[in-house]
Amino acid sequence: MGNQVQYQYKDDNLLKSEPNKYQQGDLKSEEMIVNLGPQHPSTHGVLRMEVVTDGEIIKDVVPHLGYLHRCFEKHAESLPYNQTIPFVDRLDYLTAMNSEHAWAMGVEKMLGITDKIPKRVEYIRVLVAELNRMASHFVAIGTYAMDIGAFTPFLWMMRDREHIIRLLEWASGARMLYNYVWVGGVFYDLPVGFEERCKQFVDYFRPKLEELKRLIIDNKIFVERTANVGVLPLDLAINYGVTGPMLRGSGLRYDLRKVDAYSVYPEIDFDIPVGEGLMGTKGDCWDRTYVRVLEVKESLKIIEQCVEKLTGEHKRTPDFDPHALVPKKIRPKAQEIYTRAENPKGELGFYFRADGKTDVPFRCKSRSCCFVNLSIISELSKGSLIADFIAILGSIDIVLGEVDR
Amino acid sequence: MQFEDIIAKLREVCGEEVIVDVNEEASPKMITIKPENLLQVSETLYKNESLFFDMLSCITGVDNGPEANTMEVVYNFYSIPFEHALMLKVILPRENPVVSSLVSIWKTADWHERETYDLLGIHFGGHPDLRRLLMPADWEGHPLRKDYKNLEYYRGIKVEY
Repeated sequence: MGNQVQYQYKDDNLLKSEPNKYQQGDLKSEEMIVNLGPQHPSTHGVLRMEVVTDGEIIKDVVPHLGYLHRCFEKHAESLPYNQTIPFVDRLDYLTAMNSEHAWAMGVEKMLGITDKIPKRVEYIRVLVAELNRMASHFVAIGTYAMDIGAFTPFLWMMRDREHIIRLLEWASGARMLYNYVWVGGVFYDLPVGFEERCKQFVDYFRPKLEELKRLIIDNKIFVERTANVGVLPLDLAINYGVTGPMLRGSGLRYDLRKVDAYSVYPEIDFDIPVGEGLMGTKGDCWDRTYVRVLEVKESLKIIEQCVEKLTGEHKRTPDFDPHALVPKKIRPKAQEIYTRAENPKGELGFYFRADGKTDVPFRCKSRSCCFVNLSIISELSKGSLIADFIAILGSIDIVLGEVDR
Repeated sequence: MQFEDIIAKLREVCGEEVIVDVNEEASPKMITIKPENLLQVSETLYKNESLFFDMLSCITGVDNGPEANTMEVVYNFYSIPFEHALMLKVILPRENPVVSSLVSIWKTADWHERETYDLLGIHFGGHPDLRRLLMPADWEGHPLRKDYKNLEYYRGIKVEY
């Protein structure tokens, strides 16, 4: 290896990488192609948007994906189920706990051990998943405000996110890519004192949430900039398979935590906030942000109840082993399943095909929420102003790691 | 609506022979149909008022390898108002895998089908814009096929590391 030449320079190696869909001849007079990206602050990753404009009006948008394509499915089809969990973290690096939870639940369903998981493990999983959901929404709200042009909310959100990141680091040892939820258990029981720190965080953040609402959500400039922009009607959203806060922003009370009632969510009391069009039309960019803020509030409620259970009914005991059910060898019988869970950004589904003879899945497809949510961008932004395009793109809340997979 | 009722309804609307195989072990329960019936069955699933599968969650392409010499496309439907789910499968020959596109019914099929075409080389007849999605436009081969071999060089860049 060493100094082996990796790249041979030839003139035709430097052709433009991805051809445009629109060529000069397709455009009418006055129309123009504006390239947004590959790098842009409102995309968390690498994404090129080919935007056809007529003056300031958007005529069409063609997204070019794949710059980050890291072959998740190919990797998953060559590794045992438990060794894929670090790759699942990297799908959406802002919601690693939730993705791990979805993966672990899928594999447990295949093994038929879903009902045997200890209650304490389930509550720990829900606790860390909800902490991670809040952290993801903090990034979504903060960076969205920055897309619109406000900088302070970004710093505030990053400050509060840091508390969560430190909590999760304390539990798992890593800041963003945890490998904490395992098939059949969790990596380690919560550190002593974790529940109290969670409670302190909830008490600290409750008043901050009111401040946040005053700072962005009710802010006149923010409302002017986002209300009535990028309106997503409900029927279109369902037809495009859009899920998560985007679908709920359009007014449908649809949340897999309630619909599928997986893990211990049925034992926990929380509400599903939906967009009501308080400042403009139902399903606009303001509604989507508002739903995220309200969901943070619901997550606080869930965390409080989990902490209560984890210090009371299912409190730690010296002989509790979170690895008790972790299988040494994961070899599900031959079957096909589609399993799904509610990630902060929407429905994360995994399709598994096991052949029963090997430890690796024969086929594993991930139906990622950001991929499906992004597919509506062209429809959503046609006819709007190019200045509003960033507001629309930001309100979808994508992470390109999950779009490209 | 139970799985048996869904099957009965499909048989009633689309004909008795439309369902080739039923798999109750799968989760959600699965039916297999012939590829030529896909569009008709999907329209029934979407438009029939008692079925009303308004959400197409996922489209998966599966390559069974050169020995089996078949490919499959698996669809996951979900009905939000009725809360029932269905998995639907079509089996295609490996030499020339073609199946009709569902973009005319569910817009979400657009990107899912482009991805399946890109990574497995399954063609979707009637798709408005079947281009590669994740791989570069001039990439050769379909990476999720079981007998896929990496290119040695792509535009002068060594592919194997």
